[in-house]
Amino acid sequence: MKRGTWWLLGLFLTPALVVLAGLVVWPAIRTVFDSFYGPAGQEFVGLQNYRDMFRFDRMQTAIRNSFIWVIAFPTFVTITGLIFAVLSEKVGWRTAFRLILFMPAAIAILSSGIIWRIMYETNPDRGAVNALVDIPVSLFTSEGDLAGASPSTDIASFDQDGLVVRFEVGDEGGTVAVGVIGIREDEIPASAVQASTILAEPPGSGVVAGVVWRDTRPGGGERGVVESGELGIPDVRLRLLDAAGSEVGSTVSEADGSFRLEGISPGAYSARIPSAEFRESWGGISWLGPELITLSAIVAGVWIWGGFALLIIASGLAAIPGELQEAARVDGANEWQVFRRVTVPLLAPVLGVVFVTLTINALKMFDLIVGIAPGSVQDEANVIALEMWRTAFTGLGNRGLGSAIAVFLFVLILPVMVFNIRRFRVQEGRR
Amino acid sequence: MTTPDTIAGAASTDPMDADPETVRDGKTSRISQWLSKSAVQIVLVIVALFWLMPTIGLLITSLRPLEEFARTGWWTAVTTPSQLTIENYADLIGDADLIDAVLNTFYIAIPSTVLPVFFAAMAGYALAWIPFKGRDTMFLVLVGLLVVPLQMALIPAFSVFRTFGLSGLPAIWLFHTAFGLPLAIFLMRNYFAGLPGSLIEAARIDGASEWMIFLRVILPLGFPALASLMIFQFTWTWNDLLVALVFATDQQPITLFLRDRLGEFSSGIGVISPGVFISAIVPLIIFFAFQRYFEAGLLGGSTK
Repeated sequence: MKRGTWWLLGLFLTPALVVLAGLVVWPAIRTVFDSFYGPAGQEFVGLQNYRDMFRFDRMQTAIRNSFIWVIAFPTFVTITGLIFAVLSEKVGWRTAFRLILFMPAAIAILSSGIIWRIMYETNPDRGAVNALVDIPVSLFTSEGDLAGASPSTDIASFDQDGLVVRFEVGDEGGTVAVGVIGIREDEIPASAVQASTILAEPPGSGVVAGVVWRDTRPGGGERGVVESGELGIPDVRLRLLDAAGSEVGSTVSEADGSFRLEGISPGAYSARIPSAEFRESWGGISWLGPELITLSAIVAGVWIWGGFALLIIASGLAAIPGELQEAARVDGANEWQVFRRVTVPLLAPVLGVVFVTLTINALKMFDLIVGIAPGSVQDEANVIALEMWRTAFTGLGNRGLGSAIAVFLFVLILPVMVFNIRRFRVQEGRR
Repeated sequence: MTTPDTIAGAASTDPMDADPETVRDGKTSRISQWLSKSAVQIVLVIVALFWLMPTIGLLITSLRPLEEFARTGWWTAVTTPSQLTIENYADLIGDADLIDAVLNTFYIAIPSTVLPVFFAAMAGYALAWIPFKGRDTMFLVLVGLLVVPLQMALIPAFSVFRTFGLSGLPAIWLFHTAFGLPLAIFLMRNYFAGLPGSLIEAARIDGASEWMIFLRVILPLGFPALASLMIFQFTWTWNDLLVALVFATDQQPITLFLRDRLGEFSSGIGVISPGVFISAIVPLIIFFAFQRYFEAGLLGGSTK
């Protein structure tokens, strides 16, 4: 060793050592001490913080959710990465595919949470996820043109088949005025125009005329009368039944809400609008509600980390000699058997790395919850790392309890991390 | 971003162009092969579209007026593109808070990247090329600090900074430096250890000081590893929320800007959605521009 080597070593190592000692080692030890002290760090409380930790509702939810995260998240993400790493090998544009899947990893996790909050909007008209769910659902139940509406006057009433208006057809024909309220202007199809004034004149012999319209306007307006500023409702199906209940005609309302049936003999009739026209949409699944929030956030997590898992697994896959799989194929194994019996066992070390890394990510989950969970469900979406911050740094700030939660998190992460670092050493040995 | 604990674990081959395509004839007929290949193609196209959908949705949302967001989904813009407007962005240009937030994010991320990478390069050189007693133990202890989650240090670090009168940006720089160091030292030491010893020996024989060797030989040779580590650390600190939440004072990065507006999500979407997009642009540009370093350097160099 040359003279002055110690001075040199000091030069090269001091900055790193000072920062690590001052901001990692010492604070970590201090946190352990603090966890035995009260909220302000003054009085010694023994294990009280650790007892309280498991008693508080918020923390219990956080532990339960973190447990769900640790079980579900690494599993889903690793499987996603494995499937798409193997499948993408079979296409020529694998680089583009892998980049697309990896891209979310470059975005802030908080931002990804916000992105998914937009995706998860409950109303199927606004949230993409529910809009996709809505495609199969709407095959069976579609929203009617009059969803949520009710008649504005008592000439019309509901029965089990829908809305019914009873009226007489005389020498000058018959009129049916179906004013409705309880429907917003933006719920009416864009093709709608000012409601028809067809009812102002008698329709004429043998003719039944009517209007279906939104019987309200800014300021209210008079009920049962078509006024300027009130929209007709198009595309509403109507059936005309005679006194005996048999159908004598049917039609669909025009853009101005008017309809007209001819060749009707005088007598008592009823006009009916089927109940399907009043059926409400299903409203959408509440992905960000208290029950589903953790599941929804995990799905967003798969989107964020799936590409990362894919990249690492793909690199492991590329290191496997192709002859092994080929030999299995020659021996008559099908693709599934090759995958299950050859590829996966050979990939086991890489899959382990990915799984362990994701387990640590699951335990440290923080930004995603802040971004995706609306304020009102933050308690239900809570996880340990989030609760640690909330306890220590929001409200009055409980230093002792916050430290205890940090230590708890450390104890959970420690075995997983040790596993990871031992792998580093194995690599060292191979060098 | 993925956590730093991970990248080092990557196996050695370049994953982006991994091509273990094997010659396949024999039992499977060409037709069934073609069919299954087409099926895979279709599945992957659909998956790729689904993966892109949330990001595209965000971009379109940021280009729609607030009234449209309250009424219809972003995908309606595909059929009626007339609803798209740059209004939200135009409003943000005049929003001093956002501009400050973007600048602050740079002020946070740049020193938080340069400091740990430089310190780690120095330590990594000493640990790889200056022999001393207990070197391997010291290396293991330093890397072993990876087990400490940063939650373990937040509360006392907060008091330490107050004791020394540090707050805001310098506090964030130092904290990011501390928690970036263990992985950075691991990667640097391993990369430097893989450099040809003859070069360093030759420089020593020529009488170059260790400091000169570090600056003139090691740093240039280690450039690929340095670059990929810097990209990683920059993205990490650019996207950070937790450290900023605890230590930032009046100079808030964009993640805090966004978080503060989440309380009124629906009415604030005209600010939030373009804000998210702006915050994502910088790491995405870096990611695509330096893709090569990212894979080849960080994934490959660390373990070879």
